[in-house]
Amino acid sequence: MTQTNDYEDIPGTYVYNSERGRIGYALNMFCMSLNKVENRKAFKDNEAAYLDKFELTPEQRRTVLERDWLGMLKVGGNIYYTIKIAFCDGLTFQDVAGMMSGVPKETYAKMMLAGGRSPEGNRYKQAAGAAEQTRAEEKK
Amino acid sequence: MAKIVAGIACSHVPAIGVAMDKGQTGTAYWEPLFKGYAPAREWLAKLAPDVAIIVYNDHASAFSLEIIPTFLIGVADKFPIADEGFGPRPVPAVHGHPTLAWHLAESLILDEFDMTIANEMSVDHGLTVPLSVTCGQPSAWPFKVIPLCVNVVQYPPPTGARCFKLGQAIARAVASFPQDLRVVIYGTGGMSHQLQGERAGLINRQFDTAFLDNLTKDPVSLTKITHTEYMREAGSEGVEMVMWHVMRGALHENAAEIYRHYHVPASNTAAALMILENRSAA
Repeated sequence: MTQTNDYEDIPGTYVYNSERGRIGYALNMFCMSLNKVENRKAFKDNEAAYLDKFELTPEQRRTVLERDWLGMLKVGGNIYYTIKIAFCDGLTFQDVAGMMSGVPKETYAKMMLAGGRSPEGNRYKQAAGAAEQTRAEEKK
Repeated sequence: MAKIVAGIACSHVPAIGVAMDKGQTGTAYWEPLFKGYAPAREWLAKLAPDVAIIVYNDHASAFSLEIIPTFLIGVADKFPIADEGFGPRPVPAVHGHPTLAWHLAESLILDEFDMTIANEMSVDHGLTVPLSVTCGQPSAWPFKVIPLCVNVVQYPPPTGARCFKLGQAIARAVASFPQDLRVVIYGTGGMSHQLQGERAGLINRQFDTAFLDNLTKDPVSLTKITHTEYMREAGSEGVEMVMWHVMRGALHENAAEIYRHYHVPASNTAAALMILENRSAA
């Protein structure tokens, strides 16, 4: 990217910016097609054949077929679009959120009931260790 | 003359709609959230507005990435319920107010807000969940609705400051409509939440509380929050809170908070409901 955006240092976050908008268009428009009941059925009947209708890259295709939710975001997927694949599978937003954050469903649900993921130590990539973050604050 | 009498800030979590549609609002998980909605429903039923302007974002339902309007107003007589990928919600169709909506479109554009105008569009949970939250499950919605969509899906959304100014322009436009109508305006979405990536599930109660407090104490300071600050502090989807500024900008400077409800979690989200009333004729 020719432009550095000041949100790039937020950890575990894939902002749907112009770059992702460019590389992810076909993937997301495939997801959009799943708003129609007949398309959901066609996709479930033969996923590979249905995907042939869209100009996905091999890696985008793999992430869809393998339900690699995090991988989809890395190849331009937008969560509001990719979630439609999950709806086809009968999954919820919380199921997918758990899978993206790499923890079992129950662990994720428990974290949310306890007030969610804390922003402490999760604001900056370089400060995934919260200590470093504190040091930066102290320098100010 | 038409006038805006109140503003409602309301999260639009899809799971809240699903809980209502499936009759699960009394479960241990949902009961604390829904209990806090009851006073708002009573208040709104008593207020009985003629029209609601609902500021929300479409979530890949009526609009895709094909064309991405930053600000859009729906001028239709009727808005069907969208199929978002799991069938349309079983709620009544939404009826518009075409004459006021067209008046708003004309006034806003001449006031330098370049609105996209939609004659045909469906509405998704972004609009219908706040309706369900504040009206319950009637067989027909009790007032006309003007959908006003803000892009928050493709980065960047409009800034908070721009949204606030749009709200101010909406207030001017409503005030110049000749028919006597009582209008409420909804700002929807938020509060802190992140639906994507390894950081999914982020909630920031401290940020949310300060935001709610400042909606009356110092709303202008809130308009200076940058997109990066929203995303860092309130989660990537917390940036939806820019839509609340449209609602806030449309109210009087001295609008008063009359009700607040905040609950974690609603699925992945911190859900809030706040009611602000215009007090003086200012």
